[in-house]
Amino acid sequence: MSGPAGPEVRDERARRAGGAGVIPPARKGAPAPGAWLDAARRARLSVLPALAVILCLLGAWELYVDLGGVDPLVLPAPHAVLASLYDDRALLWSNFLVTAREIALGIVAAMAAGLAMAVVIHFSPTLRRALYPLLVASQAVPVPMLAPVLALWLGFGILPKVVVIALVSFFPVVVTTLAGFAAVDPELLRLMRTLDAGRLETFRRVELPAALPSVVTGTKIAIVVAVIGAVFAEWMSASSGLGYLFEQSIAQLLPARAFATTAVLCALSIGLFTLMTVAERRLLPWANQPKSEGDR
Amino acid sequence: MIEAPAQPPVRSPGTGVRVERVTKAFRTRGATVRALDGVSLRAEPGEIVTVVGPSGCGKTTLLELICGLSRPDGGTVECDPAALMPQRDLLLPWLSAVDNAALALRVRGLPRERARAHAAPWLERFGLGGFEQARPAQLSGGMRQRVSFLRSLLAGKPVLALDEPFAALDAITRAEMQGWLAHVLDSEPRTVVLVTHDVEEAVLLGDRVVVMSARPGRVVRTLEVDLPRPRRRTEPGVLALREAVLEALGVQG
Repeated sequence: MSGPAGPEVRDERARRAGGAGVIPPARKGAPAPGAWLDAARRARLSVLPALAVILCLLGAWELYVDLGGVDPLVLPAPHAVLASLYDDRALLWSNFLVTAREIALGIVAAMAAGLAMAVVIHFSPTLRRALYPLLVASQAVPVPMLAPVLALWLGFGILPKVVVIALVSFFPVVVTTLAGFAAVDPELLRLMRTLDAGRLETFRRVELPAALPSVVTGTKIAIVVAVIGAVFAEWMSASSGLGYLFEQSIAQLLPARAFATTAVLCALSIGLFTLMTVAERRLLPWANQPKSEGDR
Repeated sequence: MIEAPAQPPVRSPGTGVRVERVTKAFRTRGATVRALDGVSLRAEPGEIVTVVGPSGCGKTTLLELICGLSRPDGGTVECDPAALMPQRDLLLPWLSAVDNAALALRVRGLPRERARAHAAPWLERFGLGGFEQARPAQLSGGMRQRVSFLRSLLAGKPVLALDEPFAALDAITRAEMQGWLAHVLDSEPRTVVLVTHDVEEAVLLGDRVVVMSARPGRVVRTLEVDLPRPRRRTEPGVLALREAVLEALGVQG
């Protein structure tokens, strides 16, 4: 293994070095108190550089606007954006709820449809040849053009937004899930056959669980594009939502509120991404463990 | 691509393993590679046959034929149902040691608790007591290999096809595991075909050693190992057979 090894990796090696048969299984939640403090401190220290860069950029921005005589209609100062975040909190919150709901529904639909599509393609070489090119081609259709058409067909409710979000989120889920199925060791599949496992048993016990981390990876990518999709969909046919609020704020010459809306959208995206990361660590703790010795 | 379960080329129970003048070729990028060329091999029920040869002598192809994972181009393969134990442990990282060991039982439709109850005493016997709930990543290489062996054993097949089972282990662990396997097979007899490129391992574990040549795979020599068990790697009989096998492989030494 090359590159810097994380603390977990090193711990793992140290335990392995103890030899065969004498290593007790690591217990969760019982590290030495000192080790915990160390970990917390390390985590804090690791975000410091990024935090410093952000603060520097915000500071430079603030100084540029305050001292450079920039028209606040062109570029609001960070303090004005902060003020809007506070003053317009009720408005931002109600629109946040609308967009968050659209995205959540869209992502869930994309996960369900993406997983189903991946399974179908995985099981049938014929359907793979039939569907995969269409899948790739569907990604070539630009979302900004899709959104008004869908509004035309599906009206101005939540449905066209969810459909747009699901459409843009679908592709990454399918592709990463298929990659997860394909990454299963063929030797393992041969072993399963000698254990008398049929196709469905092998899929259920080996391939599906093995692909779950890939589904999560696809969903993480999907979250990022889903926010873009949501904004476009709201621009076309909405009377609420963060994308709509942004557009209104620009039109009403409230740039600080527009920036505040953008900040909330970013927070939503980062929050969903973090949620997936936490869920992965909780539900699939084995996914990010170091590879077995034989693979090194 | 998932395929159907292995179709054991079984004739009548108690056959052991009978491979007669088998040929098998593969086409890769237009070229035809003859993996096996007239290979014959016998293992009576309860016998341990070790197959030793250089890389590319078709050892893995031979095991696939025995396990019913593929069909020979020519010749015949008759054997009792066989379970494969792969070179790398290939344990499922999301299952505990006991659930990995019990995989074959779950596949056969046993409920989880019954499968665990069946597998747990075996873990105890294999020196894995207390590690039932450990995930593969928490086990050492030797322990993982023991769980992997147990998984194949609990498939309940009369034949075990072991594909270089200890090749991925370090030398010290490998030596330990060879002694362990000899001990286990003593108390739990199975018809075993074990392929390896470790000459010492072949002589220590086998009732018979089949020496194969590189591509196309042919049987160069078959040596009976008429030594009492347990064998020590330094005893004269073992050393003499090692010499004989190395000579058959054409290794100067």
